[in-house]
Amino acid sequence: MEHIRTPKVENVRMFDKLTPRKCMVGTLYLSSTHTIFVENSEARKETWILHSLMSNVERLPTNPSGSPLIIRCKNFHVYRLLIPQEKDCVDVLASLTRLSHPERYGELFCFSFNPNLDKELREKAWAFIDLKAEFIRMGIPRNLWHATAANHEHRLCDTYPSELYVPKSVSPAVIVGSAKFRSRGRLPVLSYYHRDSSASICRSSQPLSGFSARSSDDEQMLQAIMKSNPVSEFMYVVDTRPKLNAMANRAAGKGYENEDHYTNIKLQFIGIENIHVMRNSQQKLIDVGDLVAPTMSDFLWGLENSGWLKHIKAVLDAGVFIAKAVAEDGVSVLVHCSDGWDRTAQACSVASVLLDSYYRTIKGLMVLIEKDWVSFGHKFSHRYAHLDGDPKEVSPVMDQFLECVWQLMQQFPCAFEFNERFLIQLHTNIYSCQYGNFIGNCQKERRDLKLQERTHSLWPHLWENRAEYTNPLYRNDHSQTQGVLKPLTTAYCFKFWKGMYGRAEKSVTSQSPADCLNAVREESQQLEEELSTHQEVPRETDAGQENCRAEGEDFRGEEEDQEVV
Amino acid sequence: MEECLNIASSIEALSALESVTEMYPFFYRPSHLTLHGPWGLSSTEKYYKQTERLWDRWRVSTVNSDYSVCPSYPHAVIVPREVDDEKLVQSARFRQGGRFPVLSYCHHRNGMVIMRSSQPLTGANRKRCKEDELLLQAVIDGSLLGYIIDLRSTQQAQQARMTGGGFESKSCYSHWKRIHRHHERGKVLQESLIKLVEACSDPSHSVDRWLSKLENSKWLSHVHSALSTAGLVVECVERDGHSVLVHGSEGTDSTLLVSSLAQLILDPASRTLTGFLGLLERDWIQAGHPFQQRCAHSAYSHARLKQECPSFLLLLDCVWQVWRQFPLALEFSEALLLRLAQEVYASNYGTFLCNNEQERCAAGVKENTHCLFQSLLSPDIEEQYLNPLYEPTDLAIWPSVHPQSLQLWTGLFLRWTEYAQNMEEAREEVWSIVKEHRERAGPDRTNNTPSTHCDTLTPFENLMDELTIL
Repeated sequence: MEHIRTPKVENVRMFDKLTPRKCMVGTLYLSSTHTIFVENSEARKETWILHSLMSNVERLPTNPSGSPLIIRCKNFHVYRLLIPQEKDCVDVLASLTRLSHPERYGELFCFSFNPNLDKELREKAWAFIDLKAEFIRMGIPRNLWHATAANHEHRLCDTYPSELYVPKSVSPAVIVGSAKFRSRGRLPVLSYYHRDSSASICRSSQPLSGFSARSSDDEQMLQAIMKSNPVSEFMYVVDTRPKLNAMANRAAGKGYENEDHYTNIKLQFIGIENIHVMRNSQQKLIDVGDLVAPTMSDFLWGLENSGWLKHIKAVLDAGVFIAKAVAEDGVSVLVHCSDGWDRTAQACSVASVLLDSYYRTIKGLMVLIEKDWVSFGHKFSHRYAHLDGDPKEVSPVMDQFLECVWQLMQQFPCAFEFNERFLIQLHTNIYSCQYGNFIGNCQKERRDLKLQERTHSLWPHLWENRAEYTNPLYRNDHSQTQGVLKPLTTAYCFKFWKGMYGRAEKSVTSQSPADCLNAVREESQQLEEELSTHQEVPRETDAGQENCRAEGEDFRGEEEDQEVV
Repeated sequence: MEECLNIASSIEALSALESVTEMYPFFYRPSHLTLHGPWGLSSTEKYYKQTERLWDRWRVSTVNSDYSVCPSYPHAVIVPREVDDEKLVQSARFRQGGRFPVLSYCHHRNGMVIMRSSQPLTGANRKRCKEDELLLQAVIDGSLLGYIIDLRSTQQAQQARMTGGGFESKSCYSHWKRIHRHHERGKVLQESLIKLVEACSDPSHSVDRWLSKLENSKWLSHVHSALSTAGLVVECVERDGHSVLVHGSEGTDSTLLVSSLAQLILDPASRTLTGFLGLLERDWIQAGHPFQQRCAHSAYSHARLKQECPSFLLLLDCVWQVWRQFPLALEFSEALLLRLAQEVYASNYGTFLCNNEQERCAAGVKENTHCLFQSLLSPDIEEQYLNPLYEPTDLAIWPSVHPQSLQLWTGLFLRWTEYAQNMEEAREEVWSIVKEHRERAGPDRTNNTPSTHCDTLTPFENLMDELTIL
């Protein structure tokens, strides 16, 4: 609370971006975690803005009607306020600037957020996603792959999970040797095993090859990965960087695999740009969404100039290449970039979504994010600016993955169990720090922060509300749902994601056809339940009563009335 | 080689027939249709009969019954009751092509009207026509203001005076306020379509190149301006409560585009399948949009035809944008718009033949061809053009014209790519959900679809496009 100078300002006006003439008058409250705007109107409508979600707060020059304040959020919402007194505005700005840039993990909202769960439920919530079970679900053949304890207590690689899956044939010495030859010790390990073709996706960081260095352990590791797929004679090494970047890294003693040293590998560069390029590109895209009364040409030119869709295409192309190699050619793939926690995570997870229909379900996408992103050390707190830190570490890596999934949903409307709202909800939560899932930069850091004891998990919360996130067109027996997705990546397939970046444009929550369809479905179900209860009423047995209670929430009240009578 | 050339030249000749009566609709005789069935859905007289609000102050004039007053108008038009036929003749002489101001739509909420015409022939000498002024005065009848939406820039309107055209000056039409909105027409529009189709047909473009070609084609800019101006007309009529006269120069292209889009936004009756086809019939076919000249060869024509212009395609695209933004408000589906886009260029039916009613009468189109609209409404065919999610609303549906709300009509422009197939499956899925629901709900509850419409469809608070494909 020490940062709040003025906890309450009255007669504040909040503007609608679209109809600037329209505005709401109300009172602004500052709490330690939220800024709350309460309308003076009859409805007393409340708008809550989480401080940790604010990306930038700006004060415009005072004009006769007051001091304008613009709050831009990390999920691209923009709030425009007009505060009558300049002094109040300066105070609010100072408070919000500090509150929206926490300096220590302890200040984050997740440590004070309390959804009233007891200890047992909280623990159960954290166990909701079980990665061990996920590797079993993939159907890893026990004679070829196994979990190694080499990274127990993170002693081999501090940014990897403690449990790693490697070919059974490699010795502990080879594992250690390979880790030593990889940037930050991020050795090649299993990310996804494709049962249908026995090919696998492995991931790592770049090798420390420089111009001539080699490591027989690392070479053995790759050989073992290739051999774990009995049917193929070679494997791909996909370097997701542009070739030039990869070559430049050699001067720093890093680089890429020399095809002469490794037997039977094929090296493939994909050309996804680095985090700095992506950060700038997204900023340009946001600016396009911010344009006031743009012409069609302004918009399209801005979209082109941002380069954003080009980058989305590059990420999707990487996924398509890997998925095709694994599913169609039956060839295993090792994916890496520089550190193996940004582009590598993108490429592996997009490929997994294409390959495995499980990852296209609500639970499956949670598992995938937990596996490829959270456990493998994607630097959430750095990339999404959870704490005040180096702005050069910030980059919309996860945004791009979510957008790739969204672009796929546009092409395959029946293939995904979740809807756009689910993706947007995930996006907001990655930035908002309300739950503990995405705090910190790797598993070790999360363990040291004791997040599981001090914060709550997002996943069960989303799961309970899954009805809201369900795509009505999804049926698990639909032809689009089955097998490997083969999307087009022709330029015209990529669209501007209005639901994400055009949010300032939407002023009220409105209806969509998906909602309509969901409503139709629900009503159908209700009718069916009604019908079944009607059929069961004549029997009037206890079992029958029990039955309709379980099925139809709506009838509960009625029955209780009857019981009273 | 020679055979190939022969075939090519034959196809070329056959695809560019001069005489209407040699065209396929005159030979199309499917066994399930007879030539004596009803032809068409709507007409001036029918519209007048249905619209009780008109009876008091408006009348149907048959001054053009022999097409001598205006060759491109239908035989009957709706005009203010107090203006006699003689005045209409005078007004027609003062308007390009004789297209004097006639009623296109009367708003069911407040009785305000949308009129359309061609430009007045004021010329460089600022000629006046008293009858024309009286006619427009009679339109607003005592109310103090009407709006003229001139679909040219101020400068273009000024220049038009040099060639005998012009605009309604403030001094002569004192109760009318003129607003200029520039719209491209003719060759520019045609070239825009050619560029767009070319961009869509090359899948090897990079994202940058594609976006640059899309921008460069300007097609979406034309969609944008058509919808914006239609929104302006709606604002005048619905919000400000004033009548509107729309015209450009000839009054046969952008004029029809804007006035019919405004009706779609305003009038719930024009959002049903029958209502929409009726609107097309009245406001495009009978209103004298020269279909034969405009829709001869579409985008792939080698001969740069002077008269070719995709005005009607632009209308369909705009309707699609409205439909995408309000997925529940229109009774018809994208499939109808796609079908129309095809029929207008190549059809078994006589509906889009010729350039106006006079020509159609002379060629005996009604007697010798089948009617597309009647066939679309036949019970076994109709269903594929219905929107399963349709839920009528009485409110005006204001489309958002923000560039990010407008999209390329992939269903049309990318219809020959793989992209379309998954969409088709999705549409089937929607139908099956809705049908399943209807079966469960039983016959007495079919209309009891959940009410999911917002209560207020105010400007831009439009439906979201979570599922853009439905």
